[in-house]
Amino acid sequence: MGKKKEGSDVRQVISSLGSPVKVYYSPKDLTEFEYDRDLGKPGDYPFTRGIYPTMYRSALWTMRQYSGQATSESTNERFKFLMSHGQTGLSLAFDLPTQVGLDSDDPLAEDDVGKLGVAVDTLADFERIFEGIPLDQVSTSFTINATAPVILAMYVLAGEKQGVDQKKLRGTIQNDILKEYIARGTWIFPPKPSIKLVGDCVEFCVSEVPRFNAISVSGTHIREYGANAVQSIAIPISIAQVYIEEVMKRGFGIDDIAPLLSFHLPVGGRDFNFFEDIGKLRAGRRLWSRLMKEKYQAKDPRSLQFRFSTGGMGGGLTADQPLNNIARATAYALAAIFSGTRSMNLACFDEVYAIPSDLAIRTSLRIQQVLAYETGVGDVVDPLGGSYYVESLTNEMEAKMVEILESIERKGGIVQEIESGEIQRELARQSYLLQKKLNSGERVSVGVNRFTVEEEERDLEIYKVDPETRDRQIARLHRIKEERDGARVARSLEKLELVAKAEENIIPFLFEPLKAQATLGEIISTLKKVYGEYKEPATV
Amino acid sequence: MMNGRRIRILIAKIGLDGHDVGAKVLVQWLRDQGMEVIYTGLRQTVEQVVEAALQEAVDVVGVSILSGSHLSIANRLLQRMEERGIKDTFTLFGGTIPKEDVRTLKAMGVHGVFPSHAHLEEITDFIRQNLKY
Repeated sequence: MGKKKEGSDVRQVISSLGSPVKVYYSPKDLTEFEYDRDLGKPGDYPFTRGIYPTMYRSALWTMRQYSGQATSESTNERFKFLMSHGQTGLSLAFDLPTQVGLDSDDPLAEDDVGKLGVAVDTLADFERIFEGIPLDQVSTSFTINATAPVILAMYVLAGEKQGVDQKKLRGTIQNDILKEYIARGTWIFPPKPSIKLVGDCVEFCVSEVPRFNAISVSGTHIREYGANAVQSIAIPISIAQVYIEEVMKRGFGIDDIAPLLSFHLPVGGRDFNFFEDIGKLRAGRRLWSRLMKEKYQAKDPRSLQFRFSTGGMGGGLTADQPLNNIARATAYALAAIFSGTRSMNLACFDEVYAIPSDLAIRTSLRIQQVLAYETGVGDVVDPLGGSYYVESLTNEMEAKMVEILESIERKGGIVQEIESGEIQRELARQSYLLQKKLNSGERVSVGVNRFTVEEEERDLEIYKVDPETRDRQIARLHRIKEERDGARVARSLEKLELVAKAEENIIPFLFEPLKAQATLGEIISTLKKVYGEYKEPATV
Repeated sequence: MMNGRRIRILIAKIGLDGHDVGAKVLVQWLRDQGMEVIYTGLRQTVEQVVEAALQEAVDVVGVSILSGSHLSIANRLLQRMEERGIKDTFTLFGGTIPKEDVRTLKAMGVHGVFPSHAHLEEITDFIRQNLKY
């Protein structure tokens, strides 16, 4: 709650950008506003109002709720079940050792094998996941970053085994390594060679697997780690430019690469503000199209379109009075709809203390359906466009994002800021200050620091590792190591090392070691010899 | 201060769990409370953490775990500390820890357990009371 002004009882409100928020907005706040220049029609440059002309009148946003976790044994079964019910978009999560390139028998992997996702040590593991699933008829989304090149190569080989031309493979790899140094932490190599590997994946996809989305740049994790509303858009845009420039260095044009990029951006969170989240996404669309046009001279309209899906952030939900979270998620969903999202996944009301239940997952889907089918909120494109407040907020946020991008440039670029730990320190500081505001009650959290009730403390639920899953996985790994042709593995890894040293695209040289059943851990260790390992800078 | 010096704390992330936003918040809070805090960063082994605790002569070792592996990690940590002759150092665990495991951890010999959503003050109060600050 803001302090009251002397002699009046009007509550003072300060925006997340630190500027005072007026009681109301009027044409005086938009004196330089020009409709065609600043907004334009939906689907027209600068795309402030939306990247398509008719938006939800033609197609609603995609409602994407992730369901529970699967072990390696059940993933194939679950995929087949989903397909028999008409689902053609599969989504695959990997366990942490697979994400950071460790084999299941690595001592550091001990506690995490088969948890949060599938364990993949060899091509044989990967092929088992897709056995009997025609890869020319599905699209698979992989949450994978540091080991994305290996997973991409495995998918191509799994297709090859089924006789599916790689040109027909469809799917997405996250492949956004830079945010892993800022948040989430599944890095392996230092940033520079990692960027090179991101470029390898994109380059390979452009020419060999053209229907595959090679990058999804994420702002959601950064937001959970303390980024404010504008940073949660500006930092991903800055990161996307690093990937773009890496690929352009190899002789591609902006219109080859920009249309392949998409973003996953946050709505909601610990310091959610409804109108700011709408403003930041509208501002992001305008900023991106101007950046692509003016800085990169992009011509293809698809390069100018800021394509994003939104994630409804679990960080703002509370374990106390959990049904209140349904109200929070509804506000997040509304903000995402008003911002023109193309796809939405919403946090579940119980996810703060439990592995999301079927009821909670279904409720998040129903929130979206109620809004879509019962309320009319999706009937008109960008219904807040022209609001004195929203337009003035959009202008302010775009200006702030430009400032952030310029500041990053001045400091030597986002990679430099990651290497020095500066950006991590800044976000850690912001996260701490926000937590203190929540602790003191300066920032209200209903049911936690205000309007509390005595209720029995809710217990936390955790992912349990089935020790048999790990034992079975290790036994499989050891059997493959015994049966394979060790000399062929060694030869193929030596070749891979040479190629990596020569700074060539490594993707084509992953096929032979994988076919020889070299393990993910062996491949990554080989690359570590060339690229080195990341050492975290001090960040607090 | 304890015996004329500031309380020294090691905050550690053990294993592959990359969620360290809570650990970083706690590090800053403890520092603001006048304690000396060393943060290990991600992906430490039990052995590395115990050596760091010895080298830095800390009064408290705090481990933050959100991946659900707290029981096996606590088991290995306490055993290693004993092997290395660390006796008077306080151990704290924080993160996604169900009630039943809070009891188990305490029975194993962990001094303080603070599941997610614990108040920052609770943690500093606990440290001060138990270290006779």
